[in-house]
Amino acid sequence: MIVIDKKICVGCGRCVDICPGNLLEIKNTCAACRDIRDCWGCCACVKICPVNAIAYMLSADLGGVGAKLFAEDSATKLTWKILKPDGEKIILEVDKSQANKF
Amino acid sequence: MEKIFLTADVLIIGGGAAGLFAAIRLAEINPEIKIFVVEKADVRRSGCLAAGVNALNAYIGEGRTPKDYVDYAFNDAHGIARRDLLFTMSERLNHVTKIIERLGLVIQKDLQGKYVLRGWRNVKINGENIKPILAAAVKNFPNVKIFNHVNVTDFFLGGNKVLGAYGFSTREKNFYSFAAKVTLISTGGAAGIYLPNHAGGSRHQMWYPPFNTGAGYAMGIRAGAEMTTFEMRFIALRCKDTIAPTGTLAQGVGAAQINSGGELYQKNYGNTTSERVFAVTSEILAGRGACFLKTVGISAEQEKNLFEAYLNMSPAQTLKWLETNQSPKNFNVEVAGTEPYIVGGHTAAGYWVDANRKTTLQNLYAAGDVAGGCPQKYVTGAFAEAEIVAEKISETLDEIEMPAQINFDADDFEKFFKNDSPFSVDDLEIAMQTVMDEYAGGLTQNYRFSERQLTLAAKNIERIEKLSEKLHAADMYGLLKIFELRERLTVAKVLIEHMRARRETRWAGFGQNLDFPNRDEKFNLFVNSVTRDGKTKIIFREL
Repeated sequence: MIVIDKKICVGCGRCVDICPGNLLEIKNTCAACRDIRDCWGCCACVKICPVNAIAYMLSADLGGVGAKLFAEDSATKLTWKILKPDGEKIILEVDKSQANKF
Repeated sequence: MEKIFLTADVLIIGGGAAGLFAAIRLAEINPEIKIFVVEKADVRRSGCLAAGVNALNAYIGEGRTPKDYVDYAFNDAHGIARRDLLFTMSERLNHVTKIIERLGLVIQKDLQGKYVLRGWRNVKINGENIKPILAAAVKNFPNVKIFNHVNVTDFFLGGNKVLGAYGFSTREKNFYSFAAKVTLISTGGAAGIYLPNHAGGSRHQMWYPPFNTGAGYAMGIRAGAEMTTFEMRFIALRCKDTIAPTGTLAQGVGAAQINSGGELYQKNYGNTTSERVFAVTSEILAGRGACFLKTVGISAEQEKNLFEAYLNMSPAQTLKWLETNQSPKNFNVEVAGTEPYIVGGHTAAGYWVDANRKTTLQNLYAAGDVAGGCPQKYVTGAFAEAEIVAEKISETLDEIEMPAQINFDADDFEKFFKNDSPFSVDDLEIAMQTVMDEYAGGLTQNYRFSERQLTLAAKNIERIEKLSEKLHAADMYGLLKIFELRERLTVAKVLIEHMRARRETRWAGFGQNLDFPNRDEKFNLFVNSVTRDGKTKIIFREL
């Protein structure tokens, strides 16, 4: 599932265009998901959001404990940030010029 | 309400791997023709590759030949596959890999500049951006026009000839009529027919995109196209809960399957795709579950590489490992089978086509997940089929007359805005999924079914289909949801007839017919069907 921080969202609509399920819309100048149960978890919106207002979360029925996964997409790398409920941050950078090792 | 009438030389329905690759190859060969690609989402992130892909799983490594790939796929399908289709695909796999590399896909190479393979047929890549790469490449051709957020619902037919297709915008109240000399159907397979692994809040955390609803199959079924092998459903063996891929663990770090007693069990069941699923189902039913991929003991570097690999295709898995402090180096990864899907990129389900991927309807081709008879095609196989179609269309386009613009009855859509129903799309979707799960061999039944249960399934799907005619749409998104449900119901009806017709158990992991629990060599044949006026007729065809 995704969570949208309404305080950060600037209502640019990029997520609305990119969602493969047509699930997002702009409501009162802010992005909103029509039905959170319908999210596939592909993270297309998480990657395209220019202000990090959208995070992916594991639902409780998938074993989630409330950590949020953000992404920043640049020309050379994809930077993933995990923010745990206890405040711990984990950053993982994936170099776009390198193939997966597996 | 506005109706928009448009005409093209070639209409491509579905802007996924096959559709975009076909558009690129067609435009390269024919810079003067007009090509439309119609996509219900946005081609940059639509379909099953929206999140990315970890590897190119169909390639012919050094010392191997296309025939080796044909034999592998034929055996994996337990003999129900078209060798001619597999061969024409296999001989192009390496060629299309070169093309996607030229378009910008990062492929791992050794010091001699040769691709680094996993086994003999998997190429290591960075596939997170494979859809953006294809979308950017298409934009270079001024003669290709992309229609994002337009959902196609049906073909225009003149006798047995496809003259184009029509549908609606998922956003504005606009309806589209596309007339074309030739049409390529390159939509995805069908997810969401069965009750998924997590039926509640995470109902869409599934293997295949929940937005791939079998639209292309449904359109073909309604138009009377011959379909094949729907009964070969696909069940994916996945990491439990996240439904993330297991191949990366099994082949990448060599993790073997073990049961809760720590025993290696896979050797007792065989090693085809369906046998690997059957192994897990059987171990759990025998009381030896849960089942795991044994990752404990991998190195810290391997673990770091796994985190990255999963971020590039299924980020939920990396999050789960790190969020719960149960990283694969210290904890084995539990595996589970998914609910069944219909998908021609993995099994042989789909349109019955000739070696040029021409369907049984005139001027209609099929490529990728909707095209049948050619399992294990994956991404490169979809590209190969797209290229075959592009070349054939280029050869024959001059001989085909441009149809006139075609009208359609907008009331077919608008009636849903006026309808009144006590049921929502969600209500009927869950009703359909429950029926299919309980009576047509779903996950909770361990993929088992009987003929009598199938009869009940058929009756109930018919009831739900009738109810779906009265559904109410509040807006264009609501209309999209209604049509997605109706596509699934159409596929489910034909699927039930195919399952009934194959009176044997061919792929135990993908489904067990309790009336006929063994393989029967009498069924070394294709179960095909043609549907007319809502009645599905089964046709058996020789292998």
